[in-house]
Amino acid sequence: MHHHASNLLPARQPPSHNIGVVLWAKHNLWGTPASAITSVLLVLLLLWSIPSLLEWSVFHAVFLADADQCQAARDIGACWGVVAEKYRSILFGRYPFDAQWRPLLATLALTLLLVMSCRPTSWNRYLAVAWICVWLLFFALMGGGKWFGVPTGLVYIPTDQWGGLPLTMMLATLSITLAFPLAILVALGRRSSMPAMRSICIVYVELVRGVPLISVLFMASFMLPLLLPTGTSPDVLIRVLVGITLFSAAYTAEIVRGGLQAIPRGQIEAAYTLGLSYWQTQRQVVLPQALAHVVPSLMNNFIAIFKDTSLVTIVSLYELSGALGLAISGDPNWRPFKIEAYLFITLIYFCICFAMSRYSLWVERQVSHR
Amino acid sequence: MTLPLIKFENVNKWFGTFHALRDINLQVHRGERIVICGPSGSGKSTLLRCINRLEEHQEGKLTVMDIEVTDDLKSIERIRRQVGMVFQQFNLFPHLSVLDNLTLAPIWVEKVSPEQAKERAMQQLVRVHISEQAHKFPLQLSGGQQQRVAIARALCLTPQILLFDEPTSALDPEMVQEVLDVMTNLAQQGVTMLCVTHEMNFARAIADRVIFMDEGQIIEEAPPEAFFEHAQHPRTQAFLNRLVA
Repeated sequence: MHHHASNLLPARQPPSHNIGVVLWAKHNLWGTPASAITSVLLVLLLLWSIPSLLEWSVFHAVFLADADQCQAARDIGACWGVVAEKYRSILFGRYPFDAQWRPLLATLALTLLLVMSCRPTSWNRYLAVAWICVWLLFFALMGGGKWFGVPTGLVYIPTDQWGGLPLTMMLATLSITLAFPLAILVALGRRSSMPAMRSICIVYVELVRGVPLISVLFMASFMLPLLLPTGTSPDVLIRVLVGITLFSAAYTAEIVRGGLQAIPRGQIEAAYTLGLSYWQTQRQVVLPQALAHVVPSLMNNFIAIFKDTSLVTIVSLYELSGALGLAISGDPNWRPFKIEAYLFITLIYFCICFAMSRYSLWVERQVSHR
Repeated sequence: MTLPLIKFENVNKWFGTFHALRDINLQVHRGERIVICGPSGSGKSTLLRCINRLEEHQEGKLTVMDIEVTDDLKSIERIRRQVGMVFQQFNLFPHLSVLDNLTLAPIWVEKVSPEQAKERAMQQLVRVHISEQAHKFPLQLSGGQQQRVAIARALCLTPQILLFDEPTSALDPEMVQEVLDVMTNLAQQGVTMLCVTHEMNFARAIADRVIFMDEGQIIEEAPPEAFFEHAQHPRTQAFLNRLVA
């Protein structure tokens, strides 16, 4: 037998990885000929595009709400004046101008609570109460008039005049919060041992996935009132909300089902062995793990739902992008500067989607326990 | 003689057309320690899993603590509260800390207060010598440590019967002993246990009876000395010879 060492070797620090910027760049930017060429090409692209971009968007741009100046600078500089001129009708759609403090307040309250709800430590019964209050406040502010017989002291504004960002936020938040629990039930139903339950869930998912959202919205908006007795059909906003919710629940359900399939049978058996019931097992053992597996796809789906709300324009609900079209297309003075206005709402959409995406990454880190 | 805790009467079980358990007759009394061995696929685990209805038998009568094992969910849940189980793959809940793994069932099934559940969990963790790991997550522990946590989790409901389904088979050799030590300890404290295992030294040391199964049947059932020294059935002899060789 060969004798190696009489003493165990002491543990050492790893070789230093504390390298400077220059070394980092050498490794990452021109470590190989291919990466060096790519780096050079990218730098050239930036050098070529940044100056002209800056010239258009800043140096030759018009920031005042002056249509004549904008016309003069056309094709040379951006017309940010269109935003200054139209931002209120873009943000609030056809909502009466003098009452626009109401949607502003409603949106702020909703956004504030959304941000506060992000931390799991704040998930308690007070938050649930806060949500109920904020939704009551939201609809009371937006609608005004009499609210379940109680006068709000505000002028009544029918839902067809609601629009812009509040409508987008409301549709997205409500349809996601309603679709998510429904999706979980459908996903569990598809794996149920009861054949009838399983069939219903499969038919639902397959039917909804086979139809574009636009036709679901059309049906909710135009066909449902024809099928129901006159006067019994609920408000168009509610019909559309139900349409989006049922539509997104089918997609979300398939994502959740993917997560459920990743849970080993042994987890469920262990829970049953401890005496947990079916629902306790799902709630305490299966779903926390299944949902943790699919956080990226879930958030991907929620972001898609958020942007899909823009489709309600086709049934004459003017949410953010619809309100933009309404504000600009009807005004010949400003119609040429639609692109700048679109960049403005792009920025709004991006900020919200980017926040959702960063939140998703944070949640992913929270739920990994290795 | 007291009434048996577990009573199999002509129990039969099929997986599709495969006859997995054939006319099982077995009685287990309070405080008994039973080791079940046999080649793989002989129905050992299935027998164990019928007791807490992880598998259902199709024929015969199975009674656990005077409750007949049937489709009735209520009686199944009553049985499961009294019967703890330890699995080959540990099956700890990876999203919960060690402590939360132990307090889950007391809190949700027995409706014990979180403080009380925690206190009880810490006692059980001390019992399996792992209380210092209470706030870690299962995947941060070694296999042997995970299995000891799984045993503590089963003990938190103060079960009348403990089932072990090959508890050391998924462990690295150097970790087998720490789990066997914990199980030996429990056996000496008079816990009723049924244990499917290939650890014959363990069987020799703690078992009141050793059961040999093959092709879904109980072939031989004897106290350990008789079983290991004078096995009657040629299949038992062949199985034991293979283990020794």
